[in-house]
Amino acid sequence: MPMAADEIEAMIKAALPDAKVEITDLRGDGDHYAAHVVSTYFQGMPRVKQHQAVYNALGGRMGGVLHALQLTTAVPE
Amino acid sequence: MSANERIDTLVKGNDVVLFMKGSPLFPQCGFSSRAIAILDHLGVEYASVDVLQDQEIRQGIKEYSDWPTIPQLYVKGEFLGGSDIMMEMYEAGELQELVESQGLAKAQ
Repeated sequence: MPMAADEIEAMIKAALPDAKVEITDLRGDGDHYAAHVVSTYFQGMPRVKQHQAVYNALGGRMGGVLHALQLTTAVPE
Repeated sequence: MSANERIDTLVKGNDVVLFMKGSPLFPQCGFSSRAIAILDHLGVEYASVDVLQDQEIRQGIKEYSDWPTIPQLYVKGEFLGGSDIMMEMYEAGELQELVESQGLAKAQ
């Protein structure tokens, strides 16, 4: 079962409460997403750690039920 | 050799190595294809490992860097990221800088 966009957003926000999450359903098939996550939590973190924080928030689903999530992360301006 | 030791040998034995699905000529996944396109565009000399041909490495590489997806790019023994990070670094010009400063371009 693929994941719904609002489920992805809720899981990211549960782990990173101040996060602004924009999810795009790339093909309209509920299976290929792009997520842009902006959070103060990423301040001073290398990119790999920022992405790992989001993957951890998704609790093992990334690479499993969620196989196609293009991720970009940023610190608020 | 354990999967971890085999991966370690590949990572440390190549200046640039991409763990991917398929081969550079026939990538089997859009994300791997994107990673190859970036490396080729930058003219980087790289080795590639097709994880679809080796289940042990396919599983092991996810634990090696605590990274759940493939492709994974390693430069000079360090995990650089997956295709999203490669794209972000490419767009920011950081990947070009890395290639130049580390002398990773193909010999002319």
